[in-house]
Amino acid sequence: MTVPVVREATPERKAEIFGKVVADVRFQDYVHGCYECGICVAACPSARFYDFSPRKITQAVCREDLDLFWEHVNVDVWNCSQCFSCDRCPRGNSPGGLITIMREVAVTAGLRSAKEALEGGERVVYKIMSTGTQVSPDMLQPEAFPDWGPDVQDVSRNLDLWRRALPPETLHTTTTAWEIDDKTLVELYLIWHMTGVLDMIKAVDEGLHMILNDVMEELLEDHDIVVS
Amino acid sequence: MSSPDPNRGGPSAPSTLTAGTIPLEVVHARSFTRNPDLAPIEDIREEVLKLEAEGEWIVQRVPDDHTEVTTKYGRTKKIPNRHTWHHKSCGQCGHIPGYSTAIFWLNRELGTEYNDPRDQTSCTAWNYYASATSNAPAQAAVAMRNFAAAYETGFYPVIHCGTSYGHYKEVREELVRHPDLRAQVRDILAKMNKPLVMPEEMIHYSEWIHVMRHEIRKRTVLDLSNITCVVHPACHYYKLVAEDAIYDQEIYGGQRTAIMSQLLETLGAKVADYSTWFDCCGFGFRHVLVQRDFTRSFATLRKIERMKEEANPDVTITHDTGCVTTLDKSQFAAKAHGRNVGIPVMSEAQFAALAMGAHPYRVCQLHWHSTDYRPLLEKMGIDWEKAWAEFESDLDRLRSGKTEFLTWDDANAK
Repeated sequence: MTVPVVREATPERKAEIFGKVVADVRFQDYVHGCYECGICVAACPSARFYDFSPRKITQAVCREDLDLFWEHVNVDVWNCSQCFSCDRCPRGNSPGGLITIMREVAVTAGLRSAKEALEGGERVVYKIMSTGTQVSPDMLQPEAFPDWGPDVQDVSRNLDLWRRALPPETLHTTTTAWEIDDKTLVELYLIWHMTGVLDMIKAVDEGLHMILNDVMEELLEDHDIVVS
Repeated sequence: MSSPDPNRGGPSAPSTLTAGTIPLEVVHARSFTRNPDLAPIEDIREEVLKLEAEGEWIVQRVPDDHTEVTTKYGRTKKIPNRHTWHHKSCGQCGHIPGYSTAIFWLNRELGTEYNDPRDQTSCTAWNYYASATSNAPAQAAVAMRNFAAAYETGFYPVIHCGTSYGHYKEVREELVRHPDLRAQVRDILAKMNKPLVMPEEMIHYSEWIHVMRHEIRKRTVLDLSNITCVVHPACHYYKLVAEDAIYDQEIYGGQRTAIMSQLLETLGAKVADYSTWFDCCGFGFRHVLVQRDFTRSFATLRKIERMKEEANPDVTITHDTGCVTTLDKSQFAAKAHGRNVGIPVMSEAQFAALAMGAHPYRVCQLHWHSTDYRPLLEKMGIDWEKAWAEFESDLDRLRSGKTEFLTWDDANAK
């Protein structure tokens, strides 16, 4: 994985990205000011292992400190665990929710740091968008999880057999977590198209966008659906 | 230079920590009395019903056959007893399939009819929290498409994954608060000829197990009085949109969610405490995929080692996809470094199923788990060698082509 780095930007660019965060429909729900009490930091798992502070991020946004915000939106947001332990804020803030928005804006704007942060995760994005399930049994390969021990190799070697040894009829799959019908997949593809998610993918990974587009087009054409 | 903080993880943390790091007796002595009239936030469910009255959407009602429980601020929540539509979890079905299988098995054993749909997608929230390659309208549309699919069957949605459950509650808040978002999602669903439907209550499967605990107890065939469990409550169950989680005065004075702990006590097992119960498991969404050094360190240093040192349990019980995966799989590397780990991890659904006599491999599929669970099975009185031999013979039948799949009848074969 490449560690995202902060790159210089003009004050106008920083203000533009900041403006997109504030304009998000959820921003007013997530940020109400900050007491600097640090309860969010005390509860935060990422703060224990990284130079990371949900308080600093919330403070930078509340104070409209664009330089500090720029550092956070490029690097720090990617260290958040998104567990929402910080949601015990006495002001009712959701630092985790704010970080979700900041990540989303970083992706939509195609920030190079976002591209770096997402490296290595392409297959997961591909899997969820193209099949409707995020992880599949065939992702359990020893080379992908060397730190999980030899059991992963057992699963990989016996995958087809072990999946057939599952009583629920929907689970006899290896490339998806469960069986999903085509009509449902078509509906999912329409959602990605109609909400601009495919455009977000294009902003950070053109190759992945091209592959996803091809896969989706084929199924949509099979169902006589044309997406403009 | 200051000495290392014993409450912080990391390589410098001393390995001889005891329960003294947090004075548990102080925690135990406290009690939290709930009063719904003093709840710090509005009851979003009232807004959901108001929007129905205004013609904004349909509210799918919890079936008449339900059980009422108390939630964080003392409000009442209805949990369906039967007739449920199962919103499956991709991490459970994909990587720990005994988890989903055990949930279905419990439903079958308790005779509560259920629907296991093929027109359900993942909530897609794992990817969303990991990569942010989605947005509020897309996430809401995915949720509402699934809810519409449940509504079309007449079965009530029960959500297997803690993250799906938490995220759908976020979506509910967003849709209630933002009319433009609601209109956008309604338009998207209309293109699929689907109505906009919001469930009356968001239900996590562990809440169904919670209300079924006495029925499960009646059918328990094992003596669990010598089994010590620790519980890891999932962040996205009780921290993310916190007000829907179940609490009970009898469990930690009402200060922690009663989910799992009350079931385990009802089953006759011991529930031991440990100081880092509030910490997350270390899953991190993106971390478990591309930054697993964090996940491994957090799971073992902050969770498993603390559990081991302070409670030395036979098993860690949790109720979410990422938590089972992280706490179980992270132990291999830590063990290789000689750390004080080695606690089997499973969901309360699998544990309850075992207690009711479910097969450890045909139903609970424990061969997909990593940390050694066999000593636990032995202590529970389960002959795992015999069970594995039975499962091997099932596999032989599958290999030979005599049968294509293991069936529910096979799962209960004696």
